[in-house]
Amino acid sequence: MQTEVTSNTSELQASAAGLPQLHEPRNPGTDLDLDRVMAVQVNTSAVERRCATLPGRRSVKKDHQAAWLLKAVSMIDLTTLSGDDTEGRVRRLCAKARQPVAKDTLNELGLPDLKTGAVCVYHDMIETAVKALHGTGIPVAAVSTGFPAGLSPVHLRVAEIEESVKAGAEEIDIVISRRHVLTQNWQALYDEMKEFRRACGDAHVKAILATGELGSLRNVARASMICMMAGADFIKTSTGKESVNATLPVSLVMIRAIRDYHEWTGYRVGYKPAGGISKAKDAITYLALIKEELGDRWLQPDLFRFGASSLLGDIERQLEHHLTGRYSAANRHAIG
Amino acid sequence: MTIAEIFKTMDYGAAPEGNKEALTWLEANNRSFGHFINGTFTKASAGFKSHNPANGTFLADLSKGSADDVDSAVKAARKAQASWAKTSGHARAKVLYAIARLVQKHARILAVLETMDNGKPIRESRDIDIPLVARHFYYHAGMAQLAETEMQGREALGVCGQVIPWNFPLLMLAWKVAPALAMGNTVVLKPAEYTSLTALFFAEICQQAGVPAGVVNIVTGHGATGEAIVTHTDVNKVAFTGSTAVGRRIRELTAGSGKALTLELGGKSPYIVFDDADIDSAVEGLVDAIWFNQGQVCCAGSRLLVQEGIAEVFYAKLRARMDKLRIGDPLDKCIDVGAIVDQRQLDRITSLVDTHGSEGDVHQAKCDLPEGGCYYPPTLITGLHAAATLMQEEIFGPVLVGTTFRTPAEAVEVANNTRYGLAASVWTENVNLALDIAPKLKAGVVWTNATNLFDAAAGFGGVRESGFGREGGWEGLAAYTKPATAVKKLAPIAPYAPGTANAADTIDRTAKMYIGGKQARPDAGQSQAIWSPKGKLLGHVGIGSRKDIRNAVEAAAKARSTWGKTSGHLRAQILYYVGENLSARADEFAARLDAMSGKKTGAAEVEASVSALFTAAAWADKYDGQAHGVPIRGVALAMKEAVGTIGMLCTDDAPLLGLVTSVTAAMAMGNASVAVASHAFPLAATDFYQVLETSDVPAGVVNIITGDHAELAKTLADHLDVDAVWSFSSSDISADIEARSAGNLKRTWVNNGQARDWNAPDMRPFLEAATEVKNIWIPYGE
Repeated sequence: MQTEVTSNTSELQASAAGLPQLHEPRNPGTDLDLDRVMAVQVNTSAVERRCATLPGRRSVKKDHQAAWLLKAVSMIDLTTLSGDDTEGRVRRLCAKARQPVAKDTLNELGLPDLKTGAVCVYHDMIETAVKALHGTGIPVAAVSTGFPAGLSPVHLRVAEIEESVKAGAEEIDIVISRRHVLTQNWQALYDEMKEFRRACGDAHVKAILATGELGSLRNVARASMICMMAGADFIKTSTGKESVNATLPVSLVMIRAIRDYHEWTGYRVGYKPAGGISKAKDAITYLALIKEELGDRWLQPDLFRFGASSLLGDIERQLEHHLTGRYSAANRHAIG
Repeated sequence: MTIAEIFKTMDYGAAPEGNKEALTWLEANNRSFGHFINGTFTKASAGFKSHNPANGTFLADLSKGSADDVDSAVKAARKAQASWAKTSGHARAKVLYAIARLVQKHARILAVLETMDNGKPIRESRDIDIPLVARHFYYHAGMAQLAETEMQGREALGVCGQVIPWNFPLLMLAWKVAPALAMGNTVVLKPAEYTSLTALFFAEICQQAGVPAGVVNIVTGHGATGEAIVTHTDVNKVAFTGSTAVGRRIRELTAGSGKALTLELGGKSPYIVFDDADIDSAVEGLVDAIWFNQGQVCCAGSRLLVQEGIAEVFYAKLRARMDKLRIGDPLDKCIDVGAIVDQRQLDRITSLVDTHGSEGDVHQAKCDLPEGGCYYPPTLITGLHAAATLMQEEIFGPVLVGTTFRTPAEAVEVANNTRYGLAASVWTENVNLALDIAPKLKAGVVWTNATNLFDAAAGFGGVRESGFGREGGWEGLAAYTKPATAVKKLAPIAPYAPGTANAADTIDRTAKMYIGGKQARPDAGQSQAIWSPKGKLLGHVGIGSRKDIRNAVEAAAKARSTWGKTSGHLRAQILYYVGENLSARADEFAARLDAMSGKKTGAAEVEASVSALFTAAAWADKYDGQAHGVPIRGVALAMKEAVGTIGMLCTDDAPLLGLVTSVTAAMAMGNASVAVASHAFPLAATDFYQVLETSDVPAGVVNIITGDHAELAKTLADHLDVDAVWSFSSSDISADIEARSAGNLKRTWVNNGQARDWNAPDMRPFLEAATEVKNIWIPYGE
């Protein structure tokens, strides 16, 4: 795994969108290297043991805990993906993204300008979201490619990406064809992902693996590797619509794939667990997992996001508790 | 640092576990402790100080147990034992259950005390040590409850002397105390001098749990205190966990005393990674293998064996992982590696690495060491070869040594190239490979795709110089019992005195020895005449010597690996065939036995021998292991494996039946044996090799030597390639065998001058002695 590292000298630069984040050179992808894919092994029990003991091995307290929770807020893709979304609903969500935590609280904690990582919506809501977030630097992410099942005609899936980019989405969350993984048709998966990446143009592409439907952690690891070879900027666990969404074991497997890919190519691919992360404590465990397995560089919004809707509320309550010493209540914090 | 700054650095910060309650407890005892004898604490007496190795702070003054202290503890234990054993199993179960619950109720203070005393991270004492302690008492509450129905025919040994180490202070106490109490024994336990505090807290738990006075006694002190326990004449069993050197000494000190003995000693356990393993998980596993408890773990995966093709990738990942370890204040909840238990241990580790590390490439984790306190950085030394000191010697610290292998066969060869045999880890995603390798490893515990998993239901213990006996499970329980039968003395049986009558009415037959499937003349070229009680010359047998034993052990070594791999069914067929052929010559054997003894019991003894052969054959494919329900998604397979080469001094009071029973039980379980025939009446044994020769018994599986028991026992018990020695001899050799067995800590089963009923049909005691239980942990799940 010693390939020449060429272009990752991380000339950190502000993005074109003026985001408060720093950007890596984009992962250009590689040729499909099936030997590398097939060499990937995952031992489920061992992965689960690592995850089960991690919360007991890493603990952050007091000011550190508050800082970590604020960091988590900065990495949330605040999301609404419901059939009953309306413009009003999306505008409310965007307002929350601009001011994720009460102003007073943020002032007191010393991070008055904190915003969430992005807002994530369906295609039809992109324009509303872009307008609502104008001037904030918060990107709009759109789920795409026949989300969540990804079974609409291929040309329509590609067209959907192009439409969404045109509508102003800076990030596109695509879904892969799970059947390619389940039938071990790695070439098809690679080709599909490459086509989606091409369609995204300058918009960053997150590959949703729908890990709850891939059957095994080994498949998760191999699909992760394929998507990175095909040029994914991020790999993401779930649509939030599967019966099992983000879990720590799945996350561990995916970020180890990211680590291997980085060691091999020199490119850093981002990670986004989505669905099922709703507690502040869980968010801290995720951040610790990232810090331990990938390193601090990944603890920035350009390389890590939480796909979550109810997580923010719990973090707000914990932050208030941090400041006051009193346990908080949900109604004291603005809904998103 | 402000929150905004932490937001940038994303440091962990400090996460200290509070120790107020533990300090309050120490103060409440004026930081000064006596012993716990007969249900009460004695007044503190002169002794030694206990310190926190993480920062050198004083914890408490402890009393140094004198011989008198030990004596009063043993007396209290003796006085309490009979009634404790008579108490119903259910009543004992209630007490053990109460202990389990109290351990859980006091879990936090116990964890904090353990960490302050030992230096291990609070994460480990809180999440591993203390929960396992509770689990052990729960499990053995169940054993006490079931004792009356499931352990019929067994009874308590009596007073147990127990000496435990400092690496898992309370857990080792639990492993020793729980099974002893479950079966009605009483105990005198000495905690290690570095780490006595949780044992003293445990004494309070005993008071609260209703443990009757004298059932548990705790005497603190150094090695001399331990020696006083071990050598006390009224102690019936000694259980020790600690170093191989001390274990060897205890074996010598207890030799011939009749004390039951179990030893759980050192190790240099291999951690084998095949090229199809989940490499990241195998790397992570090493954190739990060698950096768990600062590597101060007898079963630590301290010898890394990596398949050559992935070695560089593996080492690179491992070094990167090491650099992420956090070393520091053990009471911090965010720490991976705590403090070494004591400055002396730290000095030892430092000196071993400083002296021998340069034989390989040393990498030390790039993590900051705290100021003060006994800390040593996680260390990896690669590029070592089998001959390197650090590949052979137990370091007992956070130091991993590594080498490579090419093939599965070579992995086994390198793994087994050690005097130890405690544990092993095997990493591969190939189930065929894992299940092929696990039985071939010389170890009492094998973890597949895992490491350092423990549970009360799965016995723990080693082979070779890692000691003998198991702790946990049914086999661990049995080690705290003995057969509930009255014992009779075995009178010495001497050969009959030479007579004058000549026997030359037939052609002279030369009884030889039987070595490696061939009849062999005695190396020394000397023979001994065997006379009948009436003074008739019955024949001559060779006088065996050291060289004959050497040759026989070599033959056995050659035979044992193939014989051990045969199926039980095949071994059964051969044993039946031996029985068939013995039966065909029954009259001749009966006449021979009668001629030697001058009695008319020969026919019955031959019939009993044929029956014993059938019993051995019957067991060959039925003495099954177990699948333990351990608390993981997976299974622990308790496999019964052959001990290896067993030397036997056969009985004189049943010269054919005794030999046949011993040898065939060993054969049935896949062992090779070197049997020394009855000294007084050897001719039935020398006739018997002709039966073996005609019955498809492979060469070397059974070897028969004749000669003087005391002489031959010396060579057998000294021999470093003999795994066990049994003696049913009427010569007074038990003590000598046990003392000499300390050389390679071979298993011994000696009669201590007591008789055995050779007509008892139950062969299980022989089968138990002929097997080791290996627990193979197999986590699964896709």
